[in-house]
Amino acid sequence: MKKKLSIDPRNFSSLVTLALFVLMFGAGSVSFPGFLSVQNFLNLFIDNAYLIIIAVGMTLVIISGGIDLSVGSMLALSTIVSSSLLEKSHWSPVFVIPFVLLIGVTLGLFMGYLIQTFNLPPFIVTLAGLYLARGLCYVVSLFTIAINNAFWQSAAHAQINLIGNNFISPSVLIAIVILLAGMFISRYTKFGRTIYAIGGNEQSAILMGLPVARTKILLYAFSGFCSALAGIVFSFYTLSGYALDGQGMELDTIASVVIGGTLLTGGVGSVLGTLFGVFVYGTIQVLIVFQGTLNSWWTRIAIGFLVFVFCLLQRLFDSNRGGRSKKVAAPQPGGAPAHG
Amino acid sequence: MAWWRSLTNKKLFWPLFALAVLLIFNLFFTPHFFRMEMKEGHLYGNVIDILKNGAPIMLLAIGLTLVIATKGIDISVGSVVAISAGVVAMLIGGDLQGHPKYPILMAMGAAILVSILAGMWNGMLVSRVRMQPIIATLILFVAGRGIAMVTTNAMVVWLYAKPFALLGQGYILGLPFSIYIVLILVLLTALVTRMTALGLFIEAVGINPTASRFAGINAKNILFGVYAFSGFCAGISGLVVCSTVMSADGNNAGLGYEMDAILAVVIGGTSMNGGKFYLLGSIVGALIVQTLTTTIYAFNIPPEISKVVKALVVWAVCLLQSSSFRSMIAGAFGKKELSA
Repeated sequence: MKKKLSIDPRNFSSLVTLALFVLMFGAGSVSFPGFLSVQNFLNLFIDNAYLIIIAVGMTLVIISGGIDLSVGSMLALSTIVSSSLLEKSHWSPVFVIPFVLLIGVTLGLFMGYLIQTFNLPPFIVTLAGLYLARGLCYVVSLFTIAINNAFWQSAAHAQINLIGNNFISPSVLIAIVILLAGMFISRYTKFGRTIYAIGGNEQSAILMGLPVARTKILLYAFSGFCSALAGIVFSFYTLSGYALDGQGMELDTIASVVIGGTLLTGGVGSVLGTLFGVFVYGTIQVLIVFQGTLNSWWTRIAIGFLVFVFCLLQRLFDSNRGGRSKKVAAPQPGGAPAHG
Repeated sequence: MAWWRSLTNKKLFWPLFALAVLLIFNLFFTPHFFRMEMKEGHLYGNVIDILKNGAPIMLLAIGLTLVIATKGIDISVGSVVAISAGVVAMLIGGDLQGHPKYPILMAMGAAILVSILAGMWNGMLVSRVRMQPIIATLILFVAGRGIAMVTTNAMVVWLYAKPFALLGQGYILGLPFSIYIVLILVLLTALVTRMTALGLFIEAVGINPTASRFAGINAKNILFGVYAFSGFCAGISGLVVCSTVMSADGNNAGLGYEMDAILAVVIGGTSMNGGKFYLLGSIVGALIVQTLTTTIYAFNIPPEISKVVKALVVWAVCLLQSSSFRSMIAGAFGKKELSA
């Protein structure tokens, strides 16, 4: 990030999110002894590695003005396929991992193809994708499959030690690689700039001669890849595969992205902001655990409420900018913004 | 061929045709599908089961038809079913002797009221905060399950109050009680939307909200109203669901119903692109969905796998509604543009 005296307005909402995170983490540290520690911060990475991975893909999709609701069940499909192949078919992880990633990419490609070629609303295509993947999970197995594979076990238990008795897990490294890749793609590649252009105004992007069709299809493939990879990371974490994994994760992901400052109408957002969004999400969970008396269902309600608040802020922010944003903010009851 | 064209141009033709195909398929491949028996003064059989089990979906589809006509979507209906079931169950209470804690009618009224409030929340987000409908209702889709779980203290509540069972298990003149509720609701809705200009206003908002506003229609209140109505329908559906199984399960009540209801509406001929809506079509659509489910059961396929089939049907129907797909098919057969 370049150092500037004035704050780039594009980074403004990311900074709000960062401030919110610091505030919440601070409040937790004041209220609960043992909350403030380096390890507790690192745990945010460890416990949410899969969410960071999914959210990177989702951020790019939302910046392009689309949405991918299939992520949660794609994650479940990925956990159950890998556990089934490992435990029932005794495949080697060397084949399992590429195979699972291939499934994610293929389903993503197919959904992207439907959305782009036939001009279908992304939400309905990916909503059907949500149910398709969830149904396929049950085709594979109706029950939980525990993973005893040596590679998975070592990935689950390995600890990478950092300075002073703190550690991270290998999953965190994978998440960081994806995060950096997402930041690089969105900032420094032609593909990334095309995504922003599509989100800003798809019609103009086409008129500018940008490869809109290819970019959109590849985006959903990328999101599918991220969900499948997140599924593998998730199964490192739980050492099992289960068809009901990742229920409601689509909202968790969209929440992290929105809280991170990406506009749901597309065109504005950053992958780094999404990381802060995941931090906020993770901190809410940790706070509810530390608080102790609230049951975990309150997390869902709290996240729903936060999405509401941030969408409200986006609207206020949007209507204050005038000009171009007026058009973007025009009522779009079509679910996905219909540009042009 | 003129008679053929005029027949196939009738909007109800294709849904009824699909239903007939499904029923004929069952006539040949499912033994005893059409067998009906009189037992204890009411009819038993697969066909009656389809009507009875399809009632909750039909109720949801009525509300959702109007929402989709405004080019919106409401995916929170399944969770609102769970909330409604949770509220009514907590108010009636699990007394083993069947003495309700509060009068049953009052409990039902409260459940419907809470559901309307949930619908109004969605309507407020879409019409006033101007969030995209998919995001606005996604909040309750996920948080609503949390609310249902918190309402029932994360337990399954069993009911023993006999009179309440009438709603989901009772029969009048040999037919399930719930089907009369559907009939009354669909007749009332049809009367109110078709005998007044309200239906036209709803369609106008779906086709072009800005133009309808210039034409003097209060688009905001129309939007607000249809979401509140969808909540109301989901509330009634929740009562029927709760009464059928005499229990409320925040996790599983109404799970996946939103997909069935959307499918019913879309199969019924109401386009996801907004505009024209067909209430009777949605009811036929719900019958198709329920017949499909029953057929899947009859073939001993695990019910969860029906999600795969339904997802594929959604994609297929969306493709059929897409103009670019139609022109692609028309091009392949060397014909001119098919009439929409």
